[in-house]
Amino acid sequence: MRLEYTDRQQRFRQEVRDWLEQHVPKQPLRSFDTEEGFADHRAWEGKLAGGRWSAVTWPKEVGGRGCDLIEWLIFEEEYWRAGAPLRVNQNGIFLLAPTLMEYGTEEQKQRFLPRMATGEDIWAQGWSEPGAGSDMAAIRCKAVRDGDHYVISGQKTWSTRAVWADWLFGLFRTDPESVRHHGLTFILLPLNLPGITIRPVQQLNGQTGFAEIFFDEVRVPVHNRLADEGAGWQVAMATAGFERGLMLRSPGRFQQTAKSLVELYLRHQAHADADPSVRDAVMQSWMGAEAYALATYRTASRMAKGAQIGAEASTNKIFWSELDLLMHETAMRILGARAELMPHAPDAGDIGNWLDGFLFAQAGPIYAGTNEIQRNIIAERMLGLPRS
Amino acid sequence: MDFTFEEQQVAFRDAVRKFLMVEAAPEMLREIWETESGRSRDLRAKLADQGITALSVPEEFGGIGLGDLDWVLINQELGYYAIPDSLSDTAYLAAWLLTRLPSDISLKKAWLPRIANGTARIALGHPVNPFVADAQLADLLLLWHNDEVHAVQRDQVKLSFNPSIEMSRRLYKVEWTPSDATRVAPARIGRDLWEGVLNRAALAVSAQQLGLAQRMLDLGIDHSAQRKQFGKPIGSFQAVKHQLADVAVKIEFAKPVVFRAAQALATNRPRAAVHVSHAKLAACEAAWLSARRSMQVHGAMGYTWEADLQMFMKRAWALDAAWGDRAFHKTRVAKFIFAEGSELGPGDTFN
Repeated sequence: MRLEYTDRQQRFRQEVRDWLEQHVPKQPLRSFDTEEGFADHRAWEGKLAGGRWSAVTWPKEVGGRGCDLIEWLIFEEEYWRAGAPLRVNQNGIFLLAPTLMEYGTEEQKQRFLPRMATGEDIWAQGWSEPGAGSDMAAIRCKAVRDGDHYVISGQKTWSTRAVWADWLFGLFRTDPESVRHHGLTFILLPLNLPGITIRPVQQLNGQTGFAEIFFDEVRVPVHNRLADEGAGWQVAMATAGFERGLMLRSPGRFQQTAKSLVELYLRHQAHADADPSVRDAVMQSWMGAEAYALATYRTASRMAKGAQIGAEASTNKIFWSELDLLMHETAMRILGARAELMPHAPDAGDIGNWLDGFLFAQAGPIYAGTNEIQRNIIAERMLGLPRS
Repeated sequence: MDFTFEEQQVAFRDAVRKFLMVEAAPEMLREIWETESGRSRDLRAKLADQGITALSVPEEFGGIGLGDLDWVLINQELGYYAIPDSLSDTAYLAAWLLTRLPSDISLKKAWLPRIANGTARIALGHPVNPFVADAQLADLLLLWHNDEVHAVQRDQVKLSFNPSIEMSRRLYKVEWTPSDATRVAPARIGRDLWEGVLNRAALAVSAQQLGLAQRMLDLGIDHSAQRKQFGKPIGSFQAVKHQLADVAVKIEFAKPVVFRAAQALATNRPRAAVHVSHAKLAACEAAWLSARRSMQVHGAMGYTWEADLQMFMKRAWALDAAWGDRAFHKTRVAKFIFAEGSELGPGDTFN
């Protein structure tokens, strides 16, 4: 065990820090769930790519730096520390890309990865359907083979970033006779094809972060298929596997929030201490963020030594989503009667963006597989309890 | 940066685990409860044969000269099997303290080899604990007095036994008179030494709590996989599954906090005390949650004397306040978090 950074890692951190100091926008970008904000964030992805920082773990040939997981953690720590913008292409870079690298053909990697790295293609995901939420194997949206095309008909929903994104990856039923997780195929498609209708869905904060997508005999070339026909479930599980557990939410994000929460508490201590449980919640928040960072470093170290991460990834999802709720609930309690104010309210004072984070934290235990589904996975695959 | 244990450390842990699996079955624990001392000479001798008592004793005194990281793994096992013996008080803490006493070579020569070969028991009296564990059986007591370290023989102290709900705890109030003859380190040196003892003791308890939490979880899993209601194992019901999954999450995120504290002590990091207190809080929370949830899935059986759960559950409850209760450790963490200039953000984790 050696819990110190090597000289090389320290130099890498300094390099990241220097670049971010020069390039992170001084004014926060507009929300990427608005049209203008989406464009701002796409431009930021391009700027990151210009410094070769948009996908540090990827191989150099496709726009990355070939970083290992520890360097990735360092990059992420600096990224959140610098207050850099949210990643509009995170579903592509952190979820689809690792899957593409494992299952994609050479042609597909060359075609998709470099444009993903630069933000020229922003990716949305197409998993859920009206009848297939937690029960993803109930997918019905069909893709019928017609020569060298699939003809897609049906509906996807809760498709994050789909309102302004360029491409979609998702699961479609290619075998009409199949049931459950058989006969599904992983397909990549541009969202501007004829027959596609996108209906934005307004979220809790009033913005359109996700959308419903309707497919009316949409023709997609067969070479847009990822891996074999009918292998979609396994490919999707890989996407939902350790990358989701490890890469979707890096610890730096929560550590930065925890640090801000401590500062918020100290600024408002006289008022906050009138409720003694607030101080404890602030401490639990900081300790939780620290524990999440430590657990991630431990996982990264074990993977570097060849360990495979299985159901433990589900413990991550539960931990960070509950931590995020705790931190934002605590901030709301500290802000008291001003917590409900919109940031542009004339008397908002220093309330910052806690409200926005609080709203988003409500979604954490639901997206990327509800925490109830994660608990089932932990109970059955990690603890060996009998299936229901 | 490498957050994994060395192969050797894991191999030793595995050997100890295999040994305890055979030698420390719950029936044996119950037998030892019935004895007056609550301790088994035979078990202590066998533990010494495994090399555990020699772990922290320097090689020149007949030991192996290992340290905090090795102990954090072994203490998890001692917790998992609820070993009825304050083994790590003698072999980890007293060995650490004696080794670092200034110059008193005769004391080291007298006691360290005996610790290594498993023939000495040493009890520790620190003001954070109102009682001294296993004082009755101790061959020597190392006691705090105004930050000084005193080495006191068993016949120089007056003991009163305080029974605990945890049948294998043996707690004593100790009355004694400090003198120049008993003093083995002055306050200016003793202060740091006692801080070192306290941190290692709290770390040892944390690791034991991790082991206890895992054991209670395992008992809960076994019970809920076997017990049938409505024609099915109760473990197939989501309401039961989720109770136990929560425990798995707590343990998963307490472990690295405890391991980091061990590494911080081993490498003498400036924040080590904060890390230890964080570890103690995280591990005790995991152990208490595991106790509560395992009790719940055991149903009425969990409330009986007969079910083995009690021996782990009561230990977990008792250790919560050993070597600093939650208030003590929270205060230490708070002092760090809320101090001006503390580095709390991303990238500061390993400062």
